[in-house]
Amino acid sequence: MTKKKKETAVVISQQEIATDIYEMWLQTELAASAKPGQFLCLYTGDGGKLLPRPISICETDVKKERLRIVYRVAGAGTREFSGYRSGKKVPVLGCLGNGFPLKEGEGRTAFLIGGGIGVPPILQLAKERGAEDKNIILAGYRNRETFLKEDFEKYGKLYIATEDGSAGIKGNVMDIIEKEGLHADCIYACGPMPMLRAIKTYAQKQGIKAYISLEERMACGVGACLGCVCKTTEKNSHSNVNNARICTDGPVFEAGEVDI
Amino acid sequence: MKTNVTIAGVTFKNPVMTASGTFGSGMEYSEFVDLNKLGAVVTKGVANVAWPGNPTPRVAETHGGMLNAIGLQNPGIDVFIKRDIPFLRQFDTKIIVNVCGKTVEDYLEVVEKLSDQPVDLLEINVSCPNVKEGAIAFGQKADALYGITEQVKKHAAQPVIMKLSPNVTDITEMARAAEAAGADALSMINTITGMKIDVHKRCFALANRTGGLSGPAIKPVAVRMVYQAAQTVKIPVIGMGGIACAEDAVEFLLAGATAVSVGAMNFVNPYITEEIAEGIENYMRQYHVEDIRELIGAVHE
Repeated sequence: MTKKKKETAVVISQQEIATDIYEMWLQTELAASAKPGQFLCLYTGDGGKLLPRPISICETDVKKERLRIVYRVAGAGTREFSGYRSGKKVPVLGCLGNGFPLKEGEGRTAFLIGGGIGVPPILQLAKERGAEDKNIILAGYRNRETFLKEDFEKYGKLYIATEDGSAGIKGNVMDIIEKEGLHADCIYACGPMPMLRAIKTYAQKQGIKAYISLEERMACGVGACLGCVCKTTEKNSHSNVNNARICTDGPVFEAGEVDI
Repeated sequence: MKTNVTIAGVTFKNPVMTASGTFGSGMEYSEFVDLNKLGAVVTKGVANVAWPGNPTPRVAETHGGMLNAIGLQNPGIDVFIKRDIPFLRQFDTKIIVNVCGKTVEDYLEVVEKLSDQPVDLLEINVSCPNVKEGAIAFGQKADALYGITEQVKKHAAQPVIMKLSPNVTDITEMARAAEAAGADALSMINTITGMKIDVHKRCFALANRTGGLSGPAIKPVAVRMVYQAAQTVKIPVIGMGGIACAEDAVEFLLAGATAVSVGAMNFVNPYITEEIAEGIENYMRQYHVEDIRELIGAVHE
């Protein structure tokens, strides 16, 4: 496992790609070890805000040592990030978490599902899986602001669902599967809890594995504070209770392992 | 230049320790910090059996601090002895095991299981604000604190540190009770009970509703309490509460602490414990302090 590290990243670019959704490219040596599904912890420049903001990695450019993050402005901390311009230095802790297991889906047709601000980490996953004909990408959005759409089209067959029906089909990602009569051998997903619950149920019915990325309020990001736990179906070997640390044992879990 | 300090006959290479619950058993932060450079690692609280802790959200940010209500999730003493103590023993640092429980018997079971273990001191957690039974119930009344301290002392093979709660009317009364019952040292402060309400969702930020406030926001309260306790008792005091840099650590020493623990700030800077140990040496060089003990309690009436 690559060593985690806190270092100073430099902002390369910043762009609002949908309402309150920003894309930021960072120059950081952490890019060399980044895996799809892992996340970074970004620290604000405000001494009153102690805790880092965990943000998933959307895309990696190993050659140029750059990472792309796509995040939603959810409060004052992320609002501050959205104002950063090229050249701004940002303290970053990474790369954190386990990431999506690529091996389990090797050679298999997979649903790559993202919902809302859970869409971004699916991009690097689609890219690294390689097999474009085996990537069925399902992206759920609120409305026609279908950020990252052009990127996804490069790495697989993309289907879109929107809550208001303004783009793709009206409904959610599960409606796409039903309406289009799609099938896959396994699932990778990141998004809101109701979506992940529906995916878990679907995967169990189909008898296939679903690797889902969870989130929770975090403090340390490295597995020490036990702030960001989720319930597990079996006793976790580290905690010796039915709790796993999302930051370290996750954020990606096989759906059957977690009680969500 | 001498940086070592002694508490209950145990000598620490420097006064920098980790605050219980913020540093696991050292494993996670050993990726960032050379544990050999620390005076001691104080472990996450361990009970006689595994505890699942509280529901999430367990943490919330506040200005200059954070609230936590982990609820003392821990794997239980048996797993701890098998896994965590051997891990820590690889390093040239002292091991302080934080002990928690719901009843006196729970505490004693842990203390007895640790009696033949290679740990240096025990820290008895009678001040966690996030569990309903035990813990803080022993830490907010002087007679209850006296009782559990006396019991633990009877059964403990290692020297005993009582970790005190700041959520009391008079910290000196609690410090005196622990000393009278035979405690070898005191550590303070545990977190201050607090609450945060999410005004957008109109709900409590923590599932537990209340939590323990830590971080730089609480430092002046901690310095004051350490000072008051150090002025009151003869046993050593380990000071903690919002330490964010070497100067903060020195402030606690000057207030009367023999050693210091770094807690919430590990989450901000995972290298901070080692940096503070170095920074204290720089301070000593700057002010020509030959022996760190010259600083302990140097500021008083």
